[in-house]
Amino acid sequence: MKHVQKFVAVALMCTAAAFAPVTAQAETPADTLIQAWAIDDVISLDPAEVFEFTASEVLGNAYQGLVGYNVNDVSEIFGVVAEKWDISEDGKTFTFTIRDGMKFASGNPITAEDAVYTLQRAIKLDKSPAFILTQFGFNADNVDAMIRKTGDMTFEFEMDKAYAPTLVLYCLTSTVGFIVDSELVKSNEADGDFGYNWLKTNYAGSGAFSIRDWRANEAIVLERNDNYSGEAPPMARAIYRHIPETATQRLLIEQGDIDIARNVGAEEIEALSSNPDITVESGVKGSIYYFSLNQKNENLAKPQVRQAMKYLVDYATIADTIMKGKVITHQAFLPRGFLGALEETPFSLNVEKAKELLAEAGLADGFTVTMDTRNTNEITAIGQAIQQTMALAGITMELIPGDGQQTLTKYRARNHDIYIGRWGPDYQDPHTNADTFARNPDNSDDAASKPLAWRNAWDIPEMTAKADSAVLEADADTRAQIYIDLQKEHQQTSPFVIMFQEIEVLARRNNVENFIIGPSFNDNSFKAVTK
Amino acid sequence: MRALRLSATVAFTILGLLVVTFLIGRVVPVDPVLAVVGDRASQSTYDRAFVELGLDRPLYVQFGLYVEKAITGDFGESVLTKKPILDDLIYVFPATLELATVGIIIGTLFGIPVGVWAAVRQGKLVDQVVRILGLVGYSAPIFWLGLLGLLVFYAKWGLVAGPGRIDISYEYAFTRVTGLYLVDTAMQGQWGAFRNVVSHIALPGALLGYYSMAYIARMTRSFMLNELAQEYVVTARVKGVAEWRIIWVHALRNAAVPLVTVIALSYAGLLEGSVLTETVFAWPGLGQYLTNSLQNADMNAVLGGTLLIGIIFVGLNLLSDFLYTLLDPRVRRRS
Amino acid sequence: MTADPSRQGLSQWLLSEQPASRNQARLGQAWRIWLSFTSNRLGMVGLGIVLILVLVAIFADVIAPYNPLLGGDLRTERLLPPSMDHWMGTDDLARDIFSRVVHGARLTLMVVALVAIIATPIGLLVGTTSGYFGGWIDTVLMRITDIFLAFPRLILALAFVAALGPGIENAIIAIAITSWPPYARLARAETLSIRNAEHIDAIRLQGASSGRIIWGHVVPLCMSSVIIRVTLDMAGIILTAAGLGFLGLGAQPPQPEWGAMIAGGRRFLIDYWWVATMPGIAIFVVSLGFNLLGDGLRDVLDPKAQQQ
Repeated sequence: MKHVQKFVAVALMCTAAAFAPVTAQAETPADTLIQAWAIDDVISLDPAEVFEFTASEVLGNAYQGLVGYNVNDVSEIFGVVAEKWDISEDGKTFTFTIRDGMKFASGNPITAEDAVYTLQRAIKLDKSPAFILTQFGFNADNVDAMIRKTGDMTFEFEMDKAYAPTLVLYCLTSTVGFIVDSELVKSNEADGDFGYNWLKTNYAGSGAFSIRDWRANEAIVLERNDNYSGEAPPMARAIYRHIPETATQRLLIEQGDIDIARNVGAEEIEALSSNPDITVESGVKGSIYYFSLNQKNENLAKPQVRQAMKYLVDYATIADTIMKGKVITHQAFLPRGFLGALEETPFSLNVEKAKELLAEAGLADGFTVTMDTRNTNEITAIGQAIQQTMALAGITMELIPGDGQQTLTKYRARNHDIYIGRWGPDYQDPHTNADTFARNPDNSDDAASKPLAWRNAWDIPEMTAKADSAVLEADADTRAQIYIDLQKEHQQTSPFVIMFQEIEVLARRNNVENFIIGPSFNDNSFKAVTK
Repeated sequence: MRALRLSATVAFTILGLLVVTFLIGRVVPVDPVLAVVGDRASQSTYDRAFVELGLDRPLYVQFGLYVEKAITGDFGESVLTKKPILDDLIYVFPATLELATVGIIIGTLFGIPVGVWAAVRQGKLVDQVVRILGLVGYSAPIFWLGLLGLLVFYAKWGLVAGPGRIDISYEYAFTRVTGLYLVDTAMQGQWGAFRNVVSHIALPGALLGYYSMAYIARMTRSFMLNELAQEYVVTARVKGVAEWRIIWVHALRNAAVPLVTVIALSYAGLLEGSVLTETVFAWPGLGQYLTNSLQNADMNAVLGGTLLIGIIFVGLNLLSDFLYTLLDPRVRRRS
Repeated sequence: MTADPSRQGLSQWLLSEQPASRNQARLGQAWRIWLSFTSNRLGMVGLGIVLILVLVAIFADVIAPYNPLLGGDLRTERLLPPSMDHWMGTDDLARDIFSRVVHGARLTLMVVALVAIIATPIGLLVGTTSGYFGGWIDTVLMRITDIFLAFPRLILALAFVAALGPGIENAIIAIAITSWPPYARLARAETLSIRNAEHIDAIRLQGASSGRIIWGHVVPLCMSSVIIRVTLDMAGIILTAAGLGFLGLGAQPPQPEWGAMIAGGRRFLIDYWWVATMPGIAIFVVSLGFNLLGDGLRDVLDPKAQQQ
């Protein structure tokens, strides 16, 4: 059938012609920074609501807070939108003075009105991060009186107790304290929503970049803000592109389709390190990998079992293989870089010791437990490695995988045996982690707050009191000592097996310089990036 | 009368779709409030969101409200994207449509001639090869082929562009009008961007094309064999009509009638079922949107997306029915 | 033919044009089908593959050289390429991929078997009931079937798995729930063509209940065509299960399910190609086997296809 053959040949040629002249484009525009990152955690752009990693980094480059800190030495706190602040005799009231001559991207001047509006708004909206501010005794009813404008460029911030000043200031550096353009937001208010329905997908800030566009699970586009008070960023545009797969990001950066790959796994680090066009950079982040033992489980509630578990993790091997370059071994609840962080790592894999402890607990033959594992590559791999070492001591650990929301739902309902997870601090002050790992004011099932200690039904009235006392200690050294003592006790007795501290790794094309990896995500900055 | 019964069927099917997905959504062991407020929120924040989502009302009230709103085209707001579901769907659907259309065009373009060829050469080598190629198409996991394709054609050889619909450098070179990037770039004369889009769609399009080709070729073969055995073919041969005319004009025209249904169903399959392909190629289409929403218990989005899929299915069925009537002289005469 | 006379005798007995008993007729029929099936070379290849799958699944413990779940030394035995020690290499947790693939055969076979066991009766029951009674029962049942058909299979399975929680058991249930509608359609069509047959009428006149007629007489007649259809679908079932596994909703780690293994190996695709490629080949070969088998069966059993 010649005709048939001819037809097929023609069809083949047509298709070939359509695809043939195509070669992969391999250069990004000179004035645009393109990053690949899994941005599916972004659910809002409103500083009063933003909490997750990606969105806080975006806001960190697009907004400014009252105060900031040196990313290389977080103890050095300085004013940003605030020029200075004074603390009253009783330590309860801060008076902030706003810097002169600063503008929002819209062109509106920044005044005390904006700062007061921002803080009141966040408390009244009461979205997820609101607790960072409300822990100082604010609520929707009293905030108008407690945070008050005293002049065009000054306002007062009055708390219910004399909290440690660094705690207050660190809280104000977090995204919830980023100053919004009150005039612009008010003009988009509807039905008393404080402009929330508008701002969650729009922009009203004063940072180096303005947010032009956010398309969920696709891209975030930022543009240079010409009204920025600081040094103008070299890049005219910065784009985050949603690429969930680490292997795909690696391909893209190798091909030159992107400038920076933000999710780099242990395997990619190894492969990209040998690529002459690409530099791998890293910085220590505050997130902690841990697993925790629900004290409602009678086996796990035994102190010897808690202790034994800490000897049944091969910390060093995991950090050197499946998590290579991504973590360092760390066994206390305060991450390195925080005030009072404990850097001792007393535990390592010791099966004999663990067996002894189990025998002491009357469980010489081991027992069976389950571990709820979020189905991400890293958590699953760590979980499986732990499963293998647990088996050496006769503990049969079954993994129950689920997506993030599922495992979290179960964890918060205290229905797990063992939960493995990652915890990132909410702000730079040690209280953020002490609050959740070492405080449990009410262990009843219907408690109002659900810190990690509560989720594992760990009832610790004394430790809670100790953690509370640290919050009111104004002297930094004394305060640091309280946290060190707290961690030492916690390390030995708690049902938390803290394993690693996260290292953030990125891979950049060699020509891309000056990206700053800060200690928390809103410190990651591309303001100065050149290429 | 027929139209009435048809619309009753359609309405019933869509209502059924709503009930099934709504029930699924309510038994998901995920706290939908967590998707909104995250893990760290205080209890008062949590309670507020719980009420805002309407979760404090009885199940049937929630369902009633949903149906009531859905009728007016209001599917609520997505938890994840903070946009109305309808906007989201309108935004993501063109990506899926474009990919499926490229796939079905490739599938039809190759599938029909290959099927005809196999039918004409029944039992010969060509027929066997076509058969095996078809079986291979049915047997290989599409996500695996996609991965290997990316590895070879993108990572190793650099012949095609990588995952996604377009390079970022071209993303702002044109204005989004239809959402079909091939159409948009071509209409605006952005040929560089157009070629980039082609380069991106080539691999996933060819993959989906191969899958539908396997099916279309097989069905074409069987329809053609049926036709070639008919008396009119024999008569035509006796009359001395050229063989190519018999095959391509007489037989194929008759075989085309049932083929339309096959192609329509296969198209529907591509529109609905490219979840895995979209995952592998980071294709921001309906499949990815749905999977993502499902995993985050974003029920409004799931319901809206599922409804859209149901409507597409019913619509394509109606369309193939209509084309059938149009093409088949027997049915035409009857009605 | 100089074959053993007793065998020849058996063959003659089976192929006899005048069977003496009903059993002889049935056996003869089966023998003829088998004979014509064995002449289908591709079908035999498919049968061979499926038999190997079954054997591998049964003897997995003997065949697999290593433990499929517990890996070796993470520092020295991770991501090794295929070699004499590890025929398919090792994965990121230092586990032998060959052993995992072998044990994965069990999971695959279990999925296929359980889905068939769950979905076939549902389809048969709905289809025969619908076809036998007709009227409003038919309308309602077929509308429900249409609703299930209106979903893309994977999306519906996804939704069910999301509702039930990820895991191999739930994946099986979800796939079964999404697989029965075509069988119901088929069984209904078959029932329609036989419900007014004389022997059914006769049984009805004897006063048999509808339930008995359906289970005792209609279902067996629909059985063969439904079973062919199920066999044809098995490759699809395997691929759906693998797809769910790939999306992280099917079998869960550390279970050696092939789809989940591909998903796990995806990260290493560029430098360690074997991790994702090996289980992919396994899926491909097995579903090709089922496809060839189903294709061969159809050629033999479906008279319409035979004519062509």
